[in-house]
Amino acid sequence: MTKEKKRTLTTYAIVIAAWAVIEILMRAGLLSSHLQGLLVPMVYYAITAVALNICVGILGELSLGHAGFMCVGAFSSALFSLLTADVLPGGLRFFLALVIGTAVTALIGFLIGIPVLRLNGDYLAIVTLAFGEIIKNLLNAIYFGVDSAGVHVSMQNQMALGLQPDGQTLINGAMGVTGIPHDSNFTLSVVLLLLALFIAQNLIHSKQGRAIMSIRDNRIAAQSIGINVVRYKMMAFTISAAIAGMAGVLFSHNISTIQATSQYFGYNVSILILVYVVLGGIGNIRGSVIAACILYLLPELLRGLNKYRMLIYSIVLIVVMIVNWAPAAIEKREKLAAKFHPAKSAEKKEA
Amino acid sequence: MKNFKKVMGVMMASAMTASVLAGCGSTKSAATADTQSAAAGTETGAASTDSAAAAGGTFKIGTIGPLTGDNAAYGLAVQYGAEIAVDEINKNGGINGYQVELKSEDDETDNQKSVNAYNTLKDWGMQFLDGSTTSACAIAVADYTKQDNMFQITPSGSAPDCVKNDNVFRVCFADPAQGTASAQYIAAHKLGTKIGIIYDSSDVYSNGIYQAFVQEAQKQGLTVVSQEAFTADSKTDFSVQLQKAKDGGADLLFLPIYYQQAALIFQQADKMGYKPLYFGCDGFDGILTVKNFDTSLAEGAMLLTPFAADAQDDLTQNFVKAYEAKYNLTPNQFAADSYDAIYAIKAAAEKANLTPDMSVSDICDKMKEAMTQITLKGLTSEKMTWEATGEPNKEPKAVVIKDGKYVSAQ
Repeated sequence: MTKEKKRTLTTYAIVIAAWAVIEILMRAGLLSSHLQGLLVPMVYYAITAVALNICVGILGELSLGHAGFMCVGAFSSALFSLLTADVLPGGLRFFLALVIGTAVTALIGFLIGIPVLRLNGDYLAIVTLAFGEIIKNLLNAIYFGVDSAGVHVSMQNQMALGLQPDGQTLINGAMGVTGIPHDSNFTLSVVLLLLALFIAQNLIHSKQGRAIMSIRDNRIAAQSIGINVVRYKMMAFTISAAIAGMAGVLFSHNISTIQATSQYFGYNVSILILVYVVLGGIGNIRGSVIAACILYLLPELLRGLNKYRMLIYSIVLIVVMIVNWAPAAIEKREKLAAKFHPAKSAEKKEA
Repeated sequence: MKNFKKVMGVMMASAMTASVLAGCGSTKSAATADTQSAAAGTETGAASTDSAAAAGGTFKIGTIGPLTGDNAAYGLAVQYGAEIAVDEINKNGGINGYQVELKSEDDETDNQKSVNAYNTLKDWGMQFLDGSTTSACAIAVADYTKQDNMFQITPSGSAPDCVKNDNVFRVCFADPAQGTASAQYIAAHKLGTKIGIIYDSSDVYSNGIYQAFVQEAQKQGLTVVSQEAFTADSKTDFSVQLQKAKDGGADLLFLPIYYQQAALIFQQADKMGYKPLYFGCDGFDGILTVKNFDTSLAEGAMLLTPFAADAQDDLTQNFVKAYEAKYNLTPNQFAADSYDAIYAIKAAAEKANLTPDMSVSDICDKMKEAMTQITLKGLTSEKMTWEATGEPNKEPKAVVIKDGKYVSAQ
């Protein structure tokens, strides 16, 4: 077994083991309902972190629009579920909602990618940020309803839809969508996380993945050996968007009401996801998952500290970032490790 | 790659500064709203008294609301109002002879956090929920109370969808009812003929009132000359909206919005030299507590709210006295709604002969029935009854701001 394969399998094993432990605790009634309620959000943020890591770590382009992709996935799947709430049984409905949410987000990601990926570095980051905000603001302004006469869309207000009495307003402007069926659960979320991990890890170790990484490391060199830069960049960006959309589907099906406000889908959420990715290590898929889980749980577990919790959260963030990634701290850590495992670190040095 | 790291470094540094500042911001605004600095997760009531020592011997009521952040004034008022009610109930022998415990959790006006707060309270052993304070949060939580069959009464969640489950009741008016009542009141008292509206299109509460108001205004023969919206992301500059209202010749400005924006609108209209009559709904309540706001600008503004702190009846007087003594704040409508919610729980629990050892689901089933049978004399109405749909029946009152105080309008 190669080292890469071992590492990949360990990641799956960690996720499955964590799932098993939590599931057992839940069945045994040892997990408080507060914690149980945190599980699904924790997993969908982990999935988004994996998605962003594909974009930031593997493609090497900073995206600040991933909350916007989540928003697309959340809204498109919520609309589907609402429309078919009485027609389809729960499981099938969620599966189709998932497919639709992911596909729509992939399409939007592809379309946004066309102009965006012509740019590099910080320019690209700013443009993705703009697109994320556009998505959010568009969904904030749209009124969308259905009745026996068909579909009605308005950008004005709900009255302008002119619905028949039997009509249903699906997107009520900035008030968003309400009444989404509660179809997601922890096990399903973990399955989707495994799927996201599978896609990400296989992408990294595939021919395409290596091409993408070569573009990241040196675009000109990659071009010179005949790698189609645009094609591979689009591929990574679209996959990344689609996975973020998948997380969005979980988001909307975990809570009955969603609004496209900055609180849930704004650029600050994109930055929050970026924090997960950076803290877990850029390009380190397993790290993103762990960082997302810990950082999502932290402010909630600090609930007992009342209003100081957000301050403490920020301090913890800074401390962890320094301990994890400051060069001096890394050096110190390696020295410490050398003391405990002299053989292992010597081996590392040679390698 | 080197450049990339540099960009990343700047991004991360700004992200962290932003998050630290955000943390400061919310603590600060909480502190202004709440000078007495009672914090989230406070327990009052029977926790300290002897009779509570026996396990299962107390009723447990939870409240949820934004105790930090922009809307802290509402969440804190709901918490404080409930605390006053619980103190009184415990002093007078409790519910069916059992003492009551109260616990409040913070939701930062975030749907998911409101659900988290609900789950925290459930772990604590809550049997009745007085929350959530804001509409979207109440809707999100109602989905979970339905699953658990937990009795929920929202003091101030006014969107129609809040009470769509049969286990959820509310104390305040529904948004459409407020919009309709406002239009009727304005027409009946001939307060204005040309009406300008500024509303928050990103807010359930504001939209709900706005839509109903416009429909009723047409029926009442009122002319709406301007209808301008703003959103949660653009709520600081209202000069465009005000200019349109002014150009349209609006003599009455209807503002179905929250008080923070209303305060800004008053200031900006004053600078423009535009002085219409302002008319708002219960979201206006709280405007007199805004920091650095010249309350003389709000002079003469009217609001339709079920509660006025200056009312002369004994119930209001006692409540205001106790509230001011304990928190050094004048109670607003949210506090009154919450106070009434606790007494509604008490009345229904006594009607149904509940005991604390019953399961949450049994309590809920009995409460659902009992709620429709009780008649409550509360702060927000002389006589309140509830429909099985969860809607209250009560009379709206209009309040005028005079000399920096809320005074009942004649």
